[in-house]
Amino acid sequence: MTEADCPECGSTVALHDDLEIGEILDCGTCGAELEVVDVSPPVLERAPELQEDWGE
Amino acid sequence: MKIGILYSRIRRDEKLLLGELRDRGHDVEKLDVRTLQFGLHGVSAGGVDVGDCDVVLDRCLATSRSLYATKFLQHYGVPVVNAPETAETCANKVKNSLALDAADVPTPATEVAFTSDAALEIIERFGYPCVLKPVIGSWGRLMAKIDTRSAAEAVLEHKETLGHYEHKVFYVQEFVEKPGRDVRVLACDGEPVAAMTRTSDHWLTNAAKGGETAAFDLDEEATELVEKASAAVGGGLLGVDLMEVGGAGSGEYTVHEVNHTVEFKALDGCVDVDVPAAVVDWLELKADVAAEAAAV
Ligand SMILES: [Zn+2]
Repeated sequence: MTEADCPECGSTVALHDDLEIGEILDCGTCGAELEVVDVSPPVLERAPELQEDWGE
Repeated sequence: MKIGILYSRIRRDEKLLLGELRDRGHDVEKLDVRTLQFGLHGVSAGGVDVGDCDVVLDRCLATSRSLYATKFLQHYGVPVVNAPETAETCANKVKNSLALDAADVPTPATEVAFTSDAALEIIERFGYPCVLKPVIGSWGRLMAKIDTRSAAEAVLEHKETLGHYEHKVFYVQEFVEKPGRDVRVLACDGEPVAAMTRTSDHWLTNAAKGGETAAFDLDEEATELVEKASAAVGGGLLGVDLMEVGGAGSGEYTVHEVNHTVEFKALDGCVDVDVPAAVVDWLELKADVAAEAAAV
């Protein structure tokens, strides 16, 4: 288990070991949608907004 | 094998696939569409050599990205699933309906008009309730169940005033009475991998809208419809949405739509089948077939 700071609220976000660049996570504290931009060490950024048509 | 995954977000679905691919020892090339640049020649996309991928799986969420990126890969001669033709048909409800009807797949009565007056005439003829859907879009967003004439007038006016030009295409569909649930089938080139029902008190039963999911056993009729619906849109890894028009267990179905960047995490959680493993089995097969075709 590793962790990183939420760029939105600053609280600590617990992360799985099989973290993946591009992965989307939710901050458990503020609910922000976050994207993993680096894995070693883990860096989170606010996820891009949904645009046009997404998925099914 | 070298397998490319075209993506803009790694959701739980993509993660399951990546895990399965790596467990099997495949060389995985993650292709983030946000950073790629596609030229007319060659097989390099923004510095990433895609030419040696045995197959690329498109998992882009945004339809335009899917369509163009897969077109370029196809142009480079890189095997890609789903094919841009499939994405194009599935991403657009008009094309989807026409393809299903052309293949004699039962699908709800649908009519299209381009002005609110003409759309209102369709709605009055269909009677209430009926459904107004955007031609592009997903997760049940901006779908309206129209119960009265005044609701119809209000929604049409809003669409006309606020909508993107795509919302000036009015897609009207009959409201299908269903037993509180619909059926979602994941299929690889028409072969069902697994199926589930999504149940909700709300008329939209999408898993994304919080519907409850349960495993569903496909009968012969449904299996055959899935195969036909898949072929109608050009095949690939697809989600086929059926409704039991004759009631639960009636074996009488209508196919609402076929989805091309299908999510399967909800399905994987409620069936015994290992869904990502089945998808990777199919990807390996696609790569083998493409390699054989290239060798001829
Ligand atoms: Zn936060």
